Amino acid sequence: MHELSIAQSLLDIIVDESQRHRLGRVDKVRLRIGELAAVVPESLRFCFDLVSRDTVAGGAVIEIETVAVAARCDKCDLSFEVKERVFQCPQCGEPVFEMLGGRELEVVNIEGETGGEDG
Amino acid sequence: MAEIKVPVVRNILQANERLASENRRRFDEAGIFVINLMSSPGAGKTSLLEKTIETLAGRMGIAVIEGDLQSSRDAERIQKKGVQAVQINTEGGCHLDGNMIQIAMDSIDLSGVDLLIIENVGNLVCPAEFNLGEHEKITMLSVAEGDDKPVKYPLMFQICSVLLVNKIDLLPYTDCDVEKIRQTSRQLNPGGLVFEISCRTGEGFEPWLSWIENKVGEHRKNRSGAAPHADKS
Ligand SMILES: Nc1nc2c(ncn2[C@@H]2O[C@H](COP(=O)(O)OP(=O)(O)OP(=O)(O)O)[C@@H](O)[C@H]2O)c(=O)[nH]1
Ligand SMILES: [Mg+2]
Ligand SMILES: [Zn+2]
Repeated sequence: MHELSIAQSLLDIIVDESQRHRLGRVDKVRLRIGELAAVVPESLRFCFDLVSRDTVAGGAVIEIETVAVAARCDKCDLSFEVKERVFQCPQCGEPVFEMLGGRELEVVNIEGETGGEDG
Repeated sequence: MAEIKVPVVRNILQANERLASENRRRFDEAGIFVINLMSSPGAGKTSLLEKTIETLAGRMGIAVIEGDLQSSRDAERIQKKGVQAVQINTEGGCHLDGNMIQIAMDSIDLSGVDLLIIENVGNLVCPAEFNLGEHEKITMLSVAEGDDKPVKYPLMFQICSVLLVNKIDLLPYTDCDVEKIRQTSRQLNPGGLVFEISCRTGEGFEPWLSWIENKVGEHRKNRSGAAPHADKS
């Protein structure tokens, strides 16, 4: 499934960042994933374990923060959480077209140890 | 050695996004309108292309990129209609990405092309996350698949500009409620259009064809109007 290519892209970013910050080992990776993103967390973790084996991020823990779907009504200038996936303003009842969040697929931070390969 | 936390804040799909915007720039320079057509396997994507080409080929230049796990069957079906078609085999990959489109573009002669349709791999989940550089995403759902699909696969129905409900000739033989499809997809995607069609009988094709013709017209205008303002919408 596509979680494999997402895991590969995630690993590319982690390797890049760990070189930039001279991390010898990455222990934890924190992600933000929108509720509407077409990603199954378990499947992403599984794929990441596969692709990260024998890399700086091998065995790293993936923490996932889920982001609710949010939208904005431009008539009322109101931002709100979209419940039940109905894109409708809770104040005026009009359909809303501006999505503020809910599709995130982001790395927020990585934790690890600086320096050598050992440990 | 020290334990540290590094703030990153990067989009995991940024590499693909970059390729997609390069593709987009190329399409815009050439004034080509590009569609990314997505559905589950067998909903009728290739049938839609065949039927659309039959009517529109005399009025505009059309090219097709076909994405499939294996075989070049779909590209051959399109070539029979007298249109350029390039097959991408993903060899197990469940979606197309920006890089595959970039490679396929090398085998397409863009001169005289007004409309490029990319038929994605049959799959209602994965293609939704990967932009290809297209101007519009089109999702197709056939009535035989059931009217609960927008609820089960929301992203695919949330991101499309047009939802094509296909195989309406089969409605008498199914328990599919098209009104329910319309309602749930409107809740998810109030700005999206819904066209009911049958690629078998040709019913309902008029609004779909004129939607394409309008879009192609707009993009052509951007090409001929030499002003480099390709960045609207
Ligand atoms: N009855 C009926 N059958 C249709 C219609 N559209 C397509 N079909 C049939 O559905 C089957 C699949 O159609 P395709 O056009 O190959 O579907 P596809 O989405 O391109 O399939 P993949 O590329 O394999 O994902 C074929 O047997 C078509 O003849 C329609 O409107 N009505
Ligand atoms: Mg096909
Ligand atoms: Zn409002």
